[in-house]
Amino acid sequence: MAKMNVDFEVCKGCALCTTVCPKKIVVISHERLNPKGYYTAECIDDDACIACAMCAMMCPDCAITITPDGGDK
Amino acid sequence: MERNLMKGNEALAEAAIRSGCKCFFGYPITPQTEISAYMAKRMPKIGGVFLQAESEIAAINMVYGCAASGVRCMTSSSSPGISLKSEGVSYMAGADLPCVIVNVMRGGPGLGGIQPSQSDYWQATRALGHGDFQILVFAPSSVQEMADLMSLAFDSADKYRMPAMILADGLLGQMMEPVTFASDEIHEHTAAEKPWAACGHGGKRPHNIINSLYLQAEELERLVVERFQRYETVKGELHMAEQYLTEDAEIVVTAYGSVARLAKAAVDSARAQGIKAGLVRPVTLWPFPEQEVRDACRNAKRVLCVEMSMGQMIEDVKLALGCRLPVEFFGRTGGVIPKPSEILEQIKALNAKEAE
Amino acid sequence: MPEFRKPKSLTDVPFHYCPGCTHGIVHRLVAEVIDEMGIENETIGICPVGCSVMAYDYFTCDMIEAAHGRAPAVATGVKRGNPDKFVFTYQGDGDLAAIGTAETVHAAARGENITVIFINNTTYGMTGGQMAPTTLPGQVTQTTPYGRNPNVEGFPVRVCEMLATLSGVALAERVTVTDPANIRKAKAAIRKGFEFQKNKQGFSIIEVLSTCPTNWGLSPVEAMKWLKENMVPYYPLGVFKEGAIR
Repeated sequence: MAKMNVDFEVCKGCALCTTVCPKKIVVISHERLNPKGYYTAECIDDDACIACAMCAMMCPDCAITITPDGGDK
Repeated sequence: MERNLMKGNEALAEAAIRSGCKCFFGYPITPQTEISAYMAKRMPKIGGVFLQAESEIAAINMVYGCAASGVRCMTSSSSPGISLKSEGVSYMAGADLPCVIVNVMRGGPGLGGIQPSQSDYWQATRALGHGDFQILVFAPSSVQEMADLMSLAFDSADKYRMPAMILADGLLGQMMEPVTFASDEIHEHTAAEKPWAACGHGGKRPHNIINSLYLQAEELERLVVERFQRYETVKGELHMAEQYLTEDAEIVVTAYGSVARLAKAAVDSARAQGIKAGLVRPVTLWPFPEQEVRDACRNAKRVLCVEMSMGQMIEDVKLALGCRLPVEFFGRTGGVIPKPSEILEQIKALNAKEAE
Repeated sequence: MPEFRKPKSLTDVPFHYCPGCTHGIVHRLVAEVIDEMGIENETIGICPVGCSVMAYDYFTCDMIEAAHGRAPAVATGVKRGNPDKFVFTYQGDGDLAAIGTAETVHAAARGENITVIFINNTTYGMTGGQMAPTTLPGQVTQTTPYGRNPNVEGFPVRVCEMLATLSGVALAERVTVTDPANIRKAKAAIRKGFEFQKNKQGFSIIEVLSTCPTNWGLSPVEAMKWLKENMVPYYPLGVFKEGAIR
């Protein structure tokens, strides 16, 4: 499992998380809309993710969970 | 039980403390300042809170918060101050919160005057704030009743989860009479009696929310309808009136509060002159004691409603009697107190009309 | 590296706020502080009228919804009746600095042991973006369509500076949430406020410069930039008063 997990249902695609990632690996995916009608954030390079949680701190919707050991519970 | 000589306002305050009122939030306004002054002296000695708020609006919102946390609390004011409190009263009604509000009425509208009045009857019984709601309204007529009704007001407010008002006037507030309190001890009440209270859930229950906001029209309607069903229960259980010489009375005077005392004197004088006069005095103004008023008027030919206003309770008297009897009005307003002799003249005039 | 999850003091209810609205960040910071201090069981929160009116659905502690501007008075009532409980208000700029100015100033003057979280986003968000007491000179809103003209609409209120003059205030601090560094500072300030309350040391207010992307007509990212460039110069960040009053 990835270290950074975005709750697809909860994310509103505001993109604030994308502005603070030190590795520049958080982006808004334009592949599919969530039920609320937003394109949501995702981590495009899990290996590069350092689980710093900057993206999660920035998220206004608590949509991002960081599990450094990669085991999302 | 000890008998004390006290001012009406002080009796109210002491009765509140003995009923377990723990917090008082007020703002200075004539003619009810004795209540605040008494509370300021007494509350610290019983481990309670007296707080002079920055405004009437703040005071009623402090009551809102305190009541929401399950603590017995109250505020008091006089007419213009009660208008300011109306926002908070509406919110309390909407959130089903109990409290006691004292209105020692003075003349209005506007800044009006500081002399006794009963011109807030409509405000208390019809429209103390926006929205569909009622509050309990008690109208004492003696210092003893100031004390007795305070205790009942707190208990009823808690029982029905709604604000209760003591509707008095400057005459009663300033009057000194002997008073005996129902108990020499303070009746302690805790938030544990109120499982709905927002006092910290202690990890023992889901969080409580005290709120009056419902954005779904159907949900708000359902809650208001439920509240009005509760009001029907209250109407069935809480209606009080004093009847005086009404058994054979042909002229029945209706009056509440201090004016009822003057009306009683006029009824006595009328009786002395051979007129079959009587008095019915509503003690609860909401719910209005309709049955008692009808009962008091069972042999009446004419009814005289006396108030210190331009005629407000008269509407409830007429509604209770259902247009069965002619209801006349006599009132003085602006702080002018009707004299028993004036009331007697009205009774005599009605009697003469009846004889024609 | 520690895990990062939604704090326990927030319910599972998703926020209703617009995308990028910083209310959600500040809610989370308050909840994190409540979690870290272990005080959820003994905390009562007071919601305002405004966008955060429904915050009572989001916090797991007991919550009370107040009338517009009256939260500090409601909090006073709760606190005076329950001096050992934690009480916080969460209010916007219209609520706290316009209709509720008297309640705010006097709760502060009395040194009420409460913590006030003040969201300053220069606008009335819920009603559609009208001029707030904190709207900047020149700022266009629904009710200042030609920009706020100080000659007509007067000047914005600097709440922390004003309250810092009062003896009852233990903490008046202005923070923002534009980036992780500032978010950390904001959380530390909120924690400080609750600590002052815990020690019964007086009134604390934490003003959080916030965004309203929807009513500002900006994207969430642009709104953060606008805040930094326009709000921070007028509303400087920092501590305006700190120290126990008793």
